[in-house]
Amino acid sequence: MGISRRRFVQGLALGGVAAGFGLSRAGWGKGYPDGPQTLRGSEFDLTIGETTVNYTGRPRIATTINGTLPGPTLRWREGDTVTLRVHNRLAQTSSIHWHGILLPANMDGVPGLSFRGIPPGGTYSYQFRLRQSGTYWYHSHSMLQEQTGLYAPLIVEPREPEPFRYDRDYVVMLSDWTDEDPHRVFAKLKKMPEYYNFNQQTLGDLLRDIRGEGFRPALAERLMWGQMRMKPTDIADVSGYTYTYLMNGVTPAGNWTGLFRPGEKIRLRFINGAAMSFFDVRIPGLKMTVVAADGQNVHPVTVDEFRIGVAETYDVIVEPDADAAYTIFAQAQDRSGYARGTLAPRAGMSAAVPAPDPRVLLTMADMGHGGMEHGGMDHAAMGHGAHGGLTHPASETGNPMVDMQTMMPAPKLDDPGIGLRDNGRRVLTYADLKSLFDDPDGRTPGRTVTLHLTGHMERYVWSFDGIKFADAEPLRFSYGERLRVELVNDTMMEHPIHLHGMWSDLEDEHGRFKVRKHTVNMPPGTRRSFRVTADALGRWAFHCHLLYHMEAGMFREVRVDEGGAT
Amino acid sequence: MTGPQMLRFALALGLSAAVMPAGAAEDTHHGHHGHEPPATAAPAQQAPVPQIPAPTDAERAAAFPDLDGMEHAHGMDTPDMLYLLLDQFEWVDADHGGALRWEAIGWWGNDERRLWLRTEGERADGETGRAELQLLFGRPLARWWDLLTGLRHDTEPGPSQTWLVLGVQGLAPYWFETEATLFVGESGQSSLRLEVEYELLLTNRLILQPLLEINAYGEDDPARGLGSGLASTEAGLRLRYEIRREIAPYLGVSWEKRHGDSADFARQAGEDVSDTALVAGIRLWY
Ligand SMILES: [Cu+2]
Repeated sequence: MGISRRRFVQGLALGGVAAGFGLSRAGWGKGYPDGPQTLRGSEFDLTIGETTVNYTGRPRIATTINGTLPGPTLRWREGDTVTLRVHNRLAQTSSIHWHGILLPANMDGVPGLSFRGIPPGGTYSYQFRLRQSGTYWYHSHSMLQEQTGLYAPLIVEPREPEPFRYDRDYVVMLSDWTDEDPHRVFAKLKKMPEYYNFNQQTLGDLLRDIRGEGFRPALAERLMWGQMRMKPTDIADVSGYTYTYLMNGVTPAGNWTGLFRPGEKIRLRFINGAAMSFFDVRIPGLKMTVVAADGQNVHPVTVDEFRIGVAETYDVIVEPDADAAYTIFAQAQDRSGYARGTLAPRAGMSAAVPAPDPRVLLTMADMGHGGMEHGGMDHAAMGHGAHGGLTHPASETGNPMVDMQTMMPAPKLDDPGIGLRDNGRRVLTYADLKSLFDDPDGRTPGRTVTLHLTGHMERYVWSFDGIKFADAEPLRFSYGERLRVELVNDTMMEHPIHLHGMWSDLEDEHGRFKVRKHTVNMPPGTRRSFRVTADALGRWAFHCHLLYHMEAGMFREVRVDEGGAT
Repeated sequence: MTGPQMLRFALALGLSAAVMPAGAAEDTHHGHHGHEPPATAAPAQQAPVPQIPAPTDAERAAAFPDLDGMEHAHGMDTPDMLYLLLDQFEWVDADHGGALRWEAIGWWGNDERRLWLRTEGERADGETGRAELQLLFGRPLARWWDLLTGLRHDTEPGPSQTWLVLGVQGLAPYWFETEATLFVGESGQSSLRLEVEYELLLTNRLILQPLLEINAYGEDDPARGLGSGLASTEAGLRLRYEIRREIAPYLGVSWEKRHGDSADFARQAGEDVSDTALVAGIRLWY
């Protein structure tokens, strides 16, 4: 790796907002608690505009809120009614969606579904009462503005005391920045889906595997993948080749720092505000006690590492005893780069930064193909119910936009995930997440809606049940009903699935309530289900939170109305 | 295009619609027949059934605001895009002097329908020895395959001629980029072309690309030196370095051989039956 590559991943030490709100980058580096700016209260004026940033040595225009990237952290209080006047100074329509917040549909901020969007020069007043607390975030739901900076943390303080104590509270918002126009990124993915993957298997890898495993096994594995026309290196669509990974808007070289006094308990509110990047987070030398997921308190569980899907949030508590610095290390799932910051007793300190883990390779088992013995099968013929009662929707069969179907999907709740197994660290799994409260809706779901996550890597098309949003009918929920949504991932990628307006009450494999989430991560080869109480009338977005997957069609309207469900 | 050519192109478009398999176009049914309970039914829960109040009229209005027709705008599909690939743009150092050779494809459209452009040809000593242009309409046919129909127009060699085109292209198992194309000419001449390409990654930027092309004809065409049956085989091996994905200079070798009657025509014209050449060029795309 040459210097330029290293510099690209690391970014500029002083990268970021070049002009705007007057707080110097050095000021952030000294441990400003919530990133650039915090706003408290119940009335807010937010201005969406353009700001020059410089993360790589090349000035670029970012889309920002009040001139910062991320935008200001909003601190609300449960039970309050908040009013947000959002002014749009862009030349295009914009919007803000309050991710994970329960509210009336016309306050949800999805143009074309629940409001008309905020026109250039216009203002939209959002107003709603807060019926929850926890760590959330907010972002644009217009075109690809989220990729260019339109996202920020959101914290709702609870009315009741929390079941854990801490002395300091820091937001750690992770995101991905590209100097490229996101429309160009999307076009590149459409034309050459492996464009950003410089971690593909080469002839050298094959020769090494032949030496290690023998000629036949090494070749058999290559042939199996080749037969399926899939690549085991397909972990992330967009990589560190173009992305600079940010922590609270600061590059790895810039080293965002949170200060502490030894012996203090520090609450870190991790938010994945990236457009496309999953992160694997650890703080070498410190145990992390996870106390909340997606804003909801869980039974504390102590881990060394956790994977955070796009749009998820995790609150952890750490207790650094020593008078020493600790690196907060968030490597991208494909290991092509990382976001990094520091917890330190004094500004300017830093600790060793781990090297990213080795390249991750998918296995057949990862994709729900139940192991190597299935190599060479005709996947097109696996249409109907041949395996363990699994049925694929008819709309997937013979559909040129569906490149594979899983044969043996499993919940895999206790699986740390691709690239995190057996790494010598205790890694959080969904099985570890146990809600601190019982299922708030005690009813057994009245029906199950099954959706398959589908796509075609080579065509770069993403969909549910093989049907893109443009061609799909809304999913209809009947107001007041309790239903089960079952997801089956038929693709080889991991998708964070987000339902607006209502909670997704994740179940275990026996149908028992586990934890309340707003974003349910779906690794390849998984089948997971969650319950929904359809207590919010309106038209709601339901989609993969990978920005370019959503743009490519992995999106549905969920319509909750008072008519009977269909 | 001339009037009759336009007409033929329109016919070709109609043809492509007619031969589309029903499944490809009608897979938009909404099928939720994958319902089934999880392995074990949910245990009965003791928690009280929540009181979900009936909405007020104000809440109904807030839930379904008037979007003034905007709801349709949100349902827009992926926008049309333009792709241009200059796969070969190279100097050929052949036995009997140098030549400039090109092969390019392009498309404009979306996931369901695309207008394709294919062109290839060769220029030597300031003269175009071979040049063809295909304008095609493409639709997805199956998982890995697209169906293409349209027109091909050759300006060289010999008098210009126009063909109807019916082709399949896609990704064969083991990552072989494959094109199989049938051409039917104005004069009743028919031709079949099969092209297979592979990309072997020596590193993630240094890529070796073997290529094989076979041409066959339905009948003799002495004016153009083409004989019926298997007429020519072309193999190539190009090693490119992707400075960026879009910009890749390359070096390689290409080997051509004429077979059967075509070989006889070549011999009669005093030309070589087979030819090996070094090539140097650049691969570009947008
Ligand atoms: Cu996705």
